[in-house]
Amino acid sequence: MAKISLVVNGNPVNANIDPRTLLVQFLRENLRLTGTHVGCDTSQCGACVVHLDGKAVKACTTLAVMADGHEVRTIEGLAADGAPLHPMQEAFREHHGLQCGFCTPGMIMTAVDLVHRKGNDLSDRTIREELEGNLCRCTGYQNIVLSIAAGAKAMAKSDLA
Amino acid sequence: MYEFRYHRPATVRQAANLLLKNEDAKVIAGGHTLLPVMKQRLASPPHLVDLSHIEGLDGIEMKGRSLVIGATATHNTVATSAIVGEAIPALAELAGLIGDPAVRHKGTIGGSLANNDPTADYPAACLALGATIVTNKRRLKPEEFFQGLFTTSLESDEIITKVMFPVPKKAAYIKFRNQASRYALVGVFVAKRPSDVRVAVTGAGSEGVFRVTSFEEALKKRFSHKALDGMTVPADGLNSDLHGSAEYRAHLIAVLARRAVEAATAKPDVSVA
Repeated sequence: MAKISLVVNGNPVNANIDPRTLLVQFLRENLRLTGTHVGCDTSQCGACVVHLDGKAVKACTTLAVMADGHEVRTIEGLAADGAPLHPMQEAFREHHGLQCGFCTPGMIMTAVDLVHRKGNDLSDRTIREELEGNLCRCTGYQNIVLSIAAGAKAMAKSDLA
Repeated sequence: MYEFRYHRPATVRQAANLLLKNEDAKVIAGGHTLLPVMKQRLASPPHLVDLSHIEGLDGIEMKGRSLVIGATATHNTVATSAIVGEAIPALAELAGLIGDPAVRHKGTIGGSLANNDPTADYPAACLALGATIVTNKRRLKPEEFFQGLFTTSLESDEIITKVMFPVPKKAAYIKFRNQASRYALVGVFVAKRPSDVRVAVTGAGSEGVFRVTSFEEALKKRFSHKALDGMTVPADGLNSDLHGSAEYRAHLIAVLARRAVEAATAKPDVSVA
């Protein structure tokens, strides 16, 4: 077993875990943060994307012990419970950027990371290239791309990062 | 995934001691090759030695005429580094073509080299640029380091600490990606160095990365894609699988080499003060 301490969505978390535990398992099963999904479990689909120290990573290919001493942000951490949605979430709602919704948390976490790296004015081409590691089995990419472009712009006017 | 013990050393020396003490221990940094392999139970190391918290192992700097990249520098760090972009832009572009953004945030140059996947990108850069792979024990040239499929000359307690790339006059990397995996079906790195030209190919060779000396000689006489007109490489010894035949890969090598030379000549000469 291994003792870990990390910060998840702003809250300190301590746990004693089997070192084999994947970060995504830890988030879902230990912390019950089930917004982060397991899709392919082979680091291809991006349904498990979370932010580790502010950078998008695939939580199915990260050990929870490797996050010891670090900060994790999941889809649940974008906006407080009951508060208005994060502008990227709102953009997905507004532009119907989801069909079944399974890929959505990963899409949104990837999109927020993209805005942090490349700014608020994103071309269609940039968005499509950056979605390389996020798959939508419903193939609803048109509206996902629209949502990200709109969400990126909205983030410029929002207090939520 | 089978059980293992996790170690987080603070120095390279501690890491090497852990490797020496624990038989079959494996080094992990980004984990983007090792963890998928462990999940499939194709590897079951009883000990994992995590290098990702060793300070100073991920630095990027110029030392004289060489670009020095720390072993745990991520693909994203290399792709976006102003130092890399200025010294060897082809290397920054190569790093930006690996995997996807989330993978690039975790995967490291040292991990990629130590794994020596025959379709990985960095081995082509090392071979074409004539890099020196520095470990806790010695300095290795790519020809000594790469030993065929997924095989290197690293000893069991040897750890890559940095990679030194001499700055070329011109360089470019062109990759033809497998549409699903994004690994190179064929990738060609061309480097015009002060004394010679090197052409290194990844993704195609059944023994991993290799040089095309016939192309190198033609390009040394005249560094233009036209120097390669009509030149081909034999399909012998190239991979043939569901993604492409050996003949197809041979064809791609010639096409991509021309494109790489064109791309390299389109860039201004790099001058190092």
